[in-house]
Amino acid sequence: MKYTLVIFLLGLCSFLNGQASSQSSATLLIDSSMLYLNSDAMYRRPFMGNNNLPVSIGGYMDANTSYGATNGSKTGIGFAMPDLTLFLSTRINKRASFLTEVAYASVTGKVQLRHAAIDARLHRLINVRTGLILNPIGAFNQNHDAPNYDFVDRPIAATTIIPAIFSNVGVGLFGKTGNSNWVLGYEAYLTNGFNDKIIDNTLGRTCLQEGVSSFENFSGKPMFTGKIALRNRYAGELGVSYLSGVYTEHDAPTTGKVAVLAVDYSGKFLRNRLLIKGEIAKVSVDIPTTYIQTYGNQQMGGFVDIIGTIAQTSIWGFDHARINIGVRLEYADYNQSKFEETQGIIFEHSRAVVPCISFRPNTKSVIKFNYKYQEQVDFLGNPPLKTGSFQLGFSSYF
Amino acid sequence: MTKFSVFIAIVLTFWCFFSCKEILPKGLDDDQILDGTVEGLTEAELIQFERGDEAFREVFVKETGLGPSFVTASCISCHAGDGKGHPFTTLTRFGQPDELGNQFMHLGGPQLQNRSLPGYEPEIIPLGATFAKFTPPANTGLGYLEYVSDADILAMADPNDDDKDNISGEPNYGHIPDYLTKKPDAIPKNDKYILRFGKKAAAYNLLHQTANAYNQDMGITSSYESIDAFTLKEIEPEITVNKLNDVVFYLETLKAPIQRNTNDPIIQNGLMVFKEIGCEKCHKQTLKTGKAPIDVLSEKEFHPYTDLLLHDMGSGLDDGYTEASAKTYEWRTPPLWGLGLSSDSQGGAYYLMHDGRARSIEAAILLHGGEALFTKTKYESLSESEKAALITFLNSL
Ligand code: HEC
Ligand code: HEC
Repeated sequence: MKYTLVIFLLGLCSFLNGQASSQSSATLLIDSSMLYLNSDAMYRRPFMGNNNLPVSIGGYMDANTSYGATNGSKTGIGFAMPDLTLFLSTRINKRASFLTEVAYASVTGKVQLRHAAIDARLHRLINVRTGLILNPIGAFNQNHDAPNYDFVDRPIAATTIIPAIFSNVGVGLFGKTGNSNWVLGYEAYLTNGFNDKIIDNTLGRTCLQEGVSSFENFSGKPMFTGKIALRNRYAGELGVSYLSGVYTEHDAPTTGKVAVLAVDYSGKFLRNRLLIKGEIAKVSVDIPTTYIQTYGNQQMGGFVDIIGTIAQTSIWGFDHARINIGVRLEYADYNQSKFEETQGIIFEHSRAVVPCISFRPNTKSVIKFNYKYQEQVDFLGNPPLKTGSFQLGFSSYF
Repeated sequence: MTKFSVFIAIVLTFWCFFSCKEILPKGLDDDQILDGTVEGLTEAELIQFERGDEAFREVFVKETGLGPSFVTASCISCHAGDGKGHPFTTLTRFGQPDELGNQFMHLGGPQLQNRSLPGYEPEIIPLGATFAKFTPPANTGLGYLEYVSDADILAMADPNDDDKDNISGEPNYGHIPDYLTKKPDAIPKNDKYILRFGKKAAAYNLLHQTANAYNQDMGITSSYESIDAFTLKEIEPEITVNKLNDVVFYLETLKAPIQRNTNDPIIQNGLMVFKEIGCEKCHKQTLKTGKAPIDVLSEKEFHPYTDLLLHDMGSGLDDGYTEASAKTYEWRTPPLWGLGLSSDSQGGAYYLMHDGRARSIEAAILLHGGEALFTKTKYESLSESEKAALITFLNSL
């Protein structure tokens, strides 16, 4: 079904493309006269717009190996290729373009369509996007390409509080206004939403990821996702995003509200030598009072990445190679309620600190060396599961 | 920036990484955790243990048969780390005060399924029923307890207190369901068998306990216990007999808790006090197994600190609810092994006695009444240092 959609959209594009002026490269609907926003990331990938073909193809690959132990049991050395991703974009005409992202994950062995949407510009402030859309909740979701990060793992909160690479079929508007010092952007979409696996899953806790509908059988009310982002050339970008919908299941009595509020920030300082980036998200989900308390109705999580460039030299023939060091601090609280029986807090949280060193030979590629120390506490607050692991990763656009 | 600073930064980072002891976090020592197998299992037995462990951790969902009414969704949520539970996982059973059998079976007895899937109503205690609360016990060393012979249990019993020591423990006798295989050395009385698991010793063996736990705690039917706890109608099994048997095997082969610091003189002194003031009359230090189908459990001596018998614990612990031949005020002596590790599975606190009402070991002792009243009184008259030694000993278990 998803693939039918892609083929349909591609077909439509090539048709429209034929009609369009022979405007070649699949460049974008982003204004270079304005500052960029996080939401432009998908159009700012290095493959975009630098050839003369009607269709641009690019992608990135992400591979890593890790070695670690959890409470004394060694995990051994493992190799993973979490992501092999292909982008394909084409300019349909002066006012419209199509972009798709398809990924293969070695962990699940599955090919996943992440994004496949047509963007059409009516006005700088009013662009229409339709198709399979990456919901703008937080900043990571829309800007998730592994080569952009100095960390091997995706942030815990951006994968387990907000679903990892979360996209749904729908339609909406986006736009921005500003100049080279300020920019203000918005996005607003109506898409398919969640099913009731959010509160009925084998993790035994509330989890939005579990309830991402396979869109074949979605029958609920549309979900709203919206974001406002403001960026200043010096101070960085601040985004506030909101998701509101319901989880439902076809022919079942279950239904309840879901809402997510997220705030994200990213800023570069000291002539781009210091990057501070982070987001925090709060989830609320209606849980029937007669259901199990392990499914919490409030969750919260976030992360901060601080990355500093300690050397910028030419080395091994790379002119602008950089060596970065940094750290990620992150946490996720999956259940912010209290036990009815004791009024004590329900724990069920996870936190981690991840120091890193990375080598970026150029802007497209990065070699990452991380150490990740994570503690997971069960819902009663018993002694935590402690995991320490060394991770070596390589990510590159191609 | 200079190469030198890069070098320093890298060296510093590596130094930070490797100087920290927790870099690859170590597990706790075997005597600090309850999880783990009895020694000497064969390769095949270890594999079955692993399967059982996994099934014990399985979280049930609507699709796999959870509910519609239930208490929680997994064994592990109530028996975290195979240890004792928390008020959140404490369950309620209802019935009547006499030993004529549960009169509320047609109304969903004996167990209250106080949670339900969205769209269903959870159960409530029917009018006129009495009830008691049960905090989950630890699950360790149960294989040993399962294979203590009936003869040994009867040898510890003294229903008429013939030896005049105030202690008159007796086994719980009850009819057992057909799917259970009777032990070859069973000593039945009027067609009733000696029961031994659970707070009132109402379960015959670990299979009995497990089949009931799936059914009554999670609303999961098996071909053993096939009546759905919500509709009270027979339904298709929601788990296989194989999976259930793996869980039983897992329970049977979980190791016995290992006592810590046994050479500490205070702890040795504590054990002496424990014996002197009569605790050991019920909390029997040493038992042995008879012949067991699992080799490593056969004819072994072990130290559970229980006699598997029911005792009159006085009116303070009388909840007016009973199971099989146990009286409302009778409770089975709980094993004390693993006691000192209780709080590691109870969220850092203690919830002791059958319903978790005792918030410390001392509070548990002070709740002893009935047959145990005399030892409680003796405990109260101990010197502070003797009391401390006793508690230190109990904490080392
Ligand atoms: C809702 C919480 C809960 C769940 C879920 C639960 N248990 Fe229990 N468990 C208890 C309580 C409470 C008791 C004491 C019951 C009694 O006295 O009969 C108990 C007792 C036991 C015992 C007897 C221990 C002894 O010392 O006599 C075993 C064995 C056991 N459970 C195994 C399991 C298994 C296996 C599962 C999953 C199939 C399970 N439990 C699921 C709460 C739970
Ligand atoms: C007459 C038999 C008897 C004697 C004597 C006795 N106990 Fe107990 N003990 C029990 C029973 C039965 C329970 C369980 C009561 C309940 O669950 O409400 C119990 C519970 C306990 C508990 C709580 C265990 C748990 O897992 O919740 C502790 C601790 C304890 N006893 C320690 C002692 C100490 C120390 C002594 C000596 C001072 C002692 N007992 C003497 C029968 C006895």
